[in-house]
Amino acid sequence: MLLHVDHVSKMYRMGDTSICALDDVSLEVDEGEYIAIMGQSGSGKSTLLQIASFLDLPTSGKIYLRGKRTETLQETELARLRNKEIGFVFQQFNLLPKTSALENVALPLVYARVSDVERVQRATAMLQQVGLGDRLQNTRAQLSGGQQQRVAIARALINNPSIIFADEPTGNLDSKSGDEIMHMFDDLHKSGKTIILVTHEHDIAQHAKRQIVMRDGHIISDTKKKKKS
Amino acid sequence: MNIINTLHIAIRAIFTNKSRSLLTMLGVIIGVGAVILLIAIGNGLQVYITGQFDSLGVNTITIVPGEVFSSSGGFGSRENQVAAFANNKLRYSDVRDIAKIQEVKAVAPVVLGSTKVTYQNISKSRSVVGTVAEYSIIRNTKTEKGVFFDDADNEGNRRVAVLGWNIADELFKQTDPIGKTIRINGQAFKVHGVAEKKGGGFGGPQFDDYLFIPYSTYVDIFGDTKVSQIIVQARDKEMVQSAITTIKKQLLKRLKVDEFSVFETTEILKVINQILGVLTLGLGGIAAISLVVGGIGIMNIMLVSVTERTREIGLRKALGATPNTILLQFLIESSMLSVFGGMIGVLLAWILALVINNFFPAVVTMSAIALAFGVSAGIGIIFGVAPARRASKLSPIEALRYE
Repeated sequence: MLLHVDHVSKMYRMGDTSICALDDVSLEVDEGEYIAIMGQSGSGKSTLLQIASFLDLPTSGKIYLRGKRTETLQETELARLRNKEIGFVFQQFNLLPKTSALENVALPLVYARVSDVERVQRATAMLQQVGLGDRLQNTRAQLSGGQQQRVAIARALINNPSIIFADEPTGNLDSKSGDEIMHMFDDLHKSGKTIILVTHEHDIAQHAKRQIVMRDGHIISDTKKKKKS
Repeated sequence: MNIINTLHIAIRAIFTNKSRSLLTMLGVIIGVGAVILLIAIGNGLQVYITGQFDSLGVNTITIVPGEVFSSSGGFGSRENQVAAFANNKLRYSDVRDIAKIQEVKAVAPVVLGSTKVTYQNISKSRSVVGTVAEYSIIRNTKTEKGVFFDDADNEGNRRVAVLGWNIADELFKQTDPIGKTIRINGQAFKVHGVAEKKGGGFGGPQFDDYLFIPYSTYVDIFGDTKVSQIIVQARDKEMVQSAITTIKKQLLKRLKVDEFSVFETTEILKVINQILGVLTLGLGGIAAISLVVGGIGIMNIMLVSVTERTREIGLRKALGATPNTILLQFLIESSMLSVFGGMIGVLLAWILALVINNFFPAVVTMSAIALAFGVSAGIGIIFGVAPARRASKLSPIEALRYE
């Protein structure tokens, strides 16, 4: 088992009241799975993604990555985990402004202490892989939404992570670009990557091989597609 | 994450916001510039005054009317000094008395007045000094051309003059002044010599602007029997203090204790130098306040920058930046701002000091540069800590959610 979320709860304080975003949720993820977490806003799907990706800590419960507890780690060690084990794709793309596509993709390698030369080589190769070999020096402002998200995917893949997390990766894209992005995720799945994405769109979720539906902080359904694609 | 990458990120952040960075640095630029420049001027004045020690001669003692030094150690009040000169009780007979003292090698009276000096159609108002031949020995006044007048000139009330370097230059330009006739206070004088250039000014005596005539001639023309000053040279350094004691004893026979002052000539310069030192320190201190204000400016901008770049910080953390990496990134950024500002400030102060040097002595010392630079770099780090800590403590998820 790659990732095990074990009876996790998350409470948020909002002024005097506390909100329960996750209520005793458990989830097991195996290597190579392609999972879509669905639900309406406020269902807890994003919170689950953040906790599963070590961006946030649970109020209670345990998280295991390859059998090792992670929720007890220090922030510095969590940062290292995010750097080596996790690739993020955000709805907002989150590329650094006034910074070339190449440098954006190479950023996780900076924190992984990879040398200058190797960073450029690997980032160039990765951008070629996502079809942006001719846009290495373009900044955020010089790229379309679809291109920005492809740069973001290249950045997520650069450190060869164990799991790729995507939070509404097509939410800010037109349907054509969205389709292109989803095809990239499909291809990544075929190449053996573990992918967990959050979406509220049904047809996006259909790309995944396992659909989890959440409501009010609970998982209400967890179905795996039987047929092989 | 190594230091070079962090440096790179910091420099990049500074250059992405050029005008803002420059404005932020302005506080430090002005602070560092002001500290260095003020210290440079203070130093320059001290160096200049130290140079004056030589032009005043070695082992010399000055006697003036009234009390120069107040009982508290500094100079007496200006009113007292003006009154002292008005009630001047020093006479030429005192010069003769002092000449008999054993420790005294040479003594000369100095009467100072101002007069009109004319050569052909050029006319200037200048200070005229009535004195004797010993003056040139005591004050170490060498002649560039001709000779200083001698005792015979004095005893004979001869109308001869020695010109200060500037006044000779003004009156004669290229012509050789020796043997020429000038008019002082309407009377014809023969030029005997021209003194070497001494330099100076700034409150000290401007020897180059003086004309020197024999004491008795001065009395003859101006009818003034008072002596403005008596200058004395002791036989050697060890005898200066005992000479002062003996001179005081001798003068007390005729005068009251508050009617004259006897001091080692360089004493007055030492006091001025001390006052200048304190003044330089004080001015530097005031300028240092602007450095602190500059530091607060940096802190302010860094706090704004942290808020503005919350999402960037969140993203960097999501991609693997540790809290220490973020702390270092912002600390280096604020230090760079103040170090760059410090460098520009040093450069600016240096250029300004070069310009000022044409009018006023200014000496930029390495220690002043090191001090101002060190303080500015320190300020960047100290005032950068709060914003950098805030950035490093941001929760990645909240930072990413920040709009």
